[in-house]
Amino acid sequence: MSEDAEIVAEFLVESHENLDQLDRDLVELEQSPGSRELLSSIFRTIHTIKGTSGFLAFSRLERLTHVGENLLSRLRDGKMTMDADTTGVLLRMVDTVRALLEAIESEGTDTAPSVPVDDVVAELEETLAGRPRSAAPAAPEPVVEQPVVEPVPVVEPQPEPEAVVEPAAPAAAPEPAPAKPAAKRTARPAAKRTAKTPAAKPEATTPAAAAPTAPAPQTVETPAAAVAAPPAAEAPEHHDEDGVKRGVVDSSVRVDIDLLDGLVQLVGELVLTRNQILQRTETADDVELLRAAQRLDLVASELQESVMRTRMQPIGQVWSKMPRIVRDLAHQLGREVNLEMEGHETELDRSLLEALKGPLTHLVRNSLDHGIEPPADRAAAGKPAQGRLALRAFHESGQVVVEITDDGRGMDPDKIAAAAVARGVVSREAITRMETREILELIFRPGFSTAEQVTNVSGRGVGMDVVRTSIERIGGSVDITSVVGAGTTVRVRIPLTLAIIPALVVGESGERYAIPQANLVELVRLEGSDLRESVEVLAGAPVLRLRGRLLPLVTLGEALGGDPLRLGRSEALTIVVVQADDTRFGLCVAEVHDTQEIVVKPIGRQLKALPMYAGATIMGDGRVALILDVAGIARDRELATVVQPVEEHRSGLVDSRALLVLEVASGRRAALPLTAVSRLEEFEVARVERSGSAEVVQYRDGILPLVRLASAIGLVDSSQSSEQISVVVHEEEAGRVGIVIDKVLDVVEEAVVPTEVGKRPGVLGSAVVQDRVTDLVDLDAVVAPILAGAR
Amino acid sequence: MSAVAHAPGHADAHAGIRQYCTFWVDGLFFGLDVEWVQEVLRYQQMTVVPCAPESVLGLINLRGQIVTALDLRCRLGLPPRADGVLPMNVIVRSRGEVVSLLVDDIGEVIDTDARDLQPTPANLPTTVQDAVLGVMPLAGAILLVLDADRAVDVSTLADSTGGTP
Repeated sequence: MSEDAEIVAEFLVESHENLDQLDRDLVELEQSPGSRELLSSIFRTIHTIKGTSGFLAFSRLERLTHVGENLLSRLRDGKMTMDADTTGVLLRMVDTVRALLEAIESEGTDTAPSVPVDDVVAELEETLAGRPRSAAPAAPEPVVEQPVVEPVPVVEPQPEPEAVVEPAAPAAAPEPAPAKPAAKRTARPAAKRTAKTPAAKPEATTPAAAAPTAPAPQTVETPAAAVAAPPAAEAPEHHDEDGVKRGVVDSSVRVDIDLLDGLVQLVGELVLTRNQILQRTETADDVELLRAAQRLDLVASELQESVMRTRMQPIGQVWSKMPRIVRDLAHQLGREVNLEMEGHETELDRSLLEALKGPLTHLVRNSLDHGIEPPADRAAAGKPAQGRLALRAFHESGQVVVEITDDGRGMDPDKIAAAAVARGVVSREAITRMETREILELIFRPGFSTAEQVTNVSGRGVGMDVVRTSIERIGGSVDITSVVGAGTTVRVRIPLTLAIIPALVVGESGERYAIPQANLVELVRLEGSDLRESVEVLAGAPVLRLRGRLLPLVTLGEALGGDPLRLGRSEALTIVVVQADDTRFGLCVAEVHDTQEIVVKPIGRQLKALPMYAGATIMGDGRVALILDVAGIARDRELATVVQPVEEHRSGLVDSRALLVLEVASGRRAALPLTAVSRLEEFEVARVERSGSAEVVQYRDGILPLVRLASAIGLVDSSQSSEQISVVVHEEEAGRVGIVIDKVLDVVEEAVVPTEVGKRPGVLGSAVVQDRVTDLVDLDAVVAPILAGAR
Repeated sequence: MSAVAHAPGHADAHAGIRQYCTFWVDGLFFGLDVEWVQEVLRYQQMTVVPCAPESVLGLINLRGQIVTALDLRCRLGLPPRADGVLPMNVIVRSRGEVVSLLVDDIGEVIDTDARDLQPTPANLPTTVQDAVLGVMPLAGAILLVLDADRAVDVSTLADSTGGTP
């Protein structure tokens, strides 16, 4: 029950804020009627209130906002135009919503008969139907001021809790037909009300008319309160324990985030000053000063910790509400859903958490409505009747990632494309040029929806649009992966602004850079012969051989716009092996300092376009250090591979499916199984000698026969043009062969789907690797002639 | 929220006496409405940002806040500062962000009638015109009144990488 009350309280706070926004929007709309942006904004606000009131079973409120939303939806889509009457009706709707919210706040239900919901609904419906209302009745705005008092007798009978909550028929409204909210919420609100009663009079009963009725509810409520004794006892954790009548809105202290930011900054300063003082006192003889400094140290650390903690909250706060929401929705939609949640403890900044709430609810709602099928459909599709909805939160690359996964019907790109064209979201020509991923992204466009019918829950095409807008507003991103028939995963990434993360501090060219610990895999230090054996340069691309895996190497200097690695010059290499998403690579750094907790701070607009930085932080000495964005570097250096998430259960082993992707014949792509590669070498063209008709080089006290891969697979060889040749050394019992290529592009561990397209001598077929068609080399066919000759 | 109140140069320019924070850049006398200016600081240590636009000289730590330092000389297309001469910081607020404009020297805060603002002479370099609201002929000098929003906008400049680390 207390959870209910909490949800209601939050709903009220949120809705009051929303209504303030709504007032501003409506007033602005009067100035610029027909502004789609404003209409969309108003629409979203009402949509949000409607959605939540649906969950909370405030059926009158839901009914009102539903009709209002219908009207707004038509206005937004340009099917109706705004006029003074419409504005009037909409304003009356907002006033009525406000009145209902106040009723909910004071009584716990939206059944207050004094709020003329039906009149307004009728008005809205008439406007919707296009009947002009020449003489609209005077706006019932004073409702806000009217004391909302439940008639004495109605509360008494306390109808059976499972009473149907169908939107109350207009006539029945004054009787609290929606007994469900009342019944369900008996304990908490009742206890709340009694607690408030003494002080309630002066404030709640401003109009004189209310005075006589005031004692009545009090007597009615008393029994309820008695029943509700246990919840009342736990009251202290709630806001109204002091018995003073306060609105939900002002019962919690809402501290301005700017103020908290200011505090965090000041504490940061304090910590730096402390560090300086501690340095000085180390050499001091004054015992008193030392003691004071130690105390300062302690207090500053604790203060810092507490201030930071004021802003960090576990995502579990939002998740604790999900089971209820999912249950209600599943019930309403006739679905069977098993909700799994993981990562409750993942902490993120409070303001981000707030901003995440709405979108997450939207996404969950979407998964249930559009994703998970009704049990009968699931059974027909051979799936268990109970659908699975998984919420997962974790930290990755200095970001918080929240995944919402369902095993529902998935998203059909063809359907989406068709709907997008039909709705005029995108042109038919544009669709043909789009990739599947881009088509899926269309659902984020305003006004898009594939739901065949508009339901109460979703399907008006606001959901995803709102989700994306709100997530992007906090600097995050949303992306979707979906398999038709198997389900959809929505991945929300949010930056950890102002979060504290552990990071490895490295040095390069006199500056320090922080690499988030989340991206770190390991540190490798290579010297002398180890270095020569483990690092090889392939056509200018250095790669690290690490326990059988080949990792691309990038120097930090190069990632920051400097020179690439010159192997010959380095005696030793310090390599930070990093991973972002599914890309792993080695970052060569000049120095490694230490691991420390850093505070992520945003960087200015002027630097936002630089992909290699995730933010900046302040070091102990007060200097600024940049935080590296490992994923950004991978993208920038084109190391990122588009890979299906392959679980990493085989570290240290070469995956038998791993492919070495090569360039041959000036731009054509070919792939060899990585297991067939024993070394990668570069030779100067001058070292190539001839033995009979074969090209050979002297290699490791022997002769290495060469085969030009391009010629061997029926392409024009272009490797002669450079001064060096890149060679993949293949070794088997019969001997070694050097396969001459143009250059190595990448190592991928993607599971490829081979096709027979392009099958010819030397080529098994082709596959799409990293979105490009790539020839799969028939290694045996390529090396067999050479090895046969060598024997 | 206070976006409107934050654009003093435009709407209120005709409202009468205004205060300008003045400074010199390559011998030119610039003024910035004090409402933009948060504070003025002497040289601060900077952290270089590799790959940043050329006019971004680095990042400074302003009491725990990370502030981008822009070289006004570079931004305005003026010749670079002589070696060893340290710039001063004029900390401005623009579109919700705090940015430092690096200038040669700081002048006084002067009161002048904003109605005296004249259009920028057309023969000034476009890089200067781009960031200036107008000019004000004063007794001893000509004041170039900067538009802070435009001065801190480096996106219009040719994208050049600011040297290697």
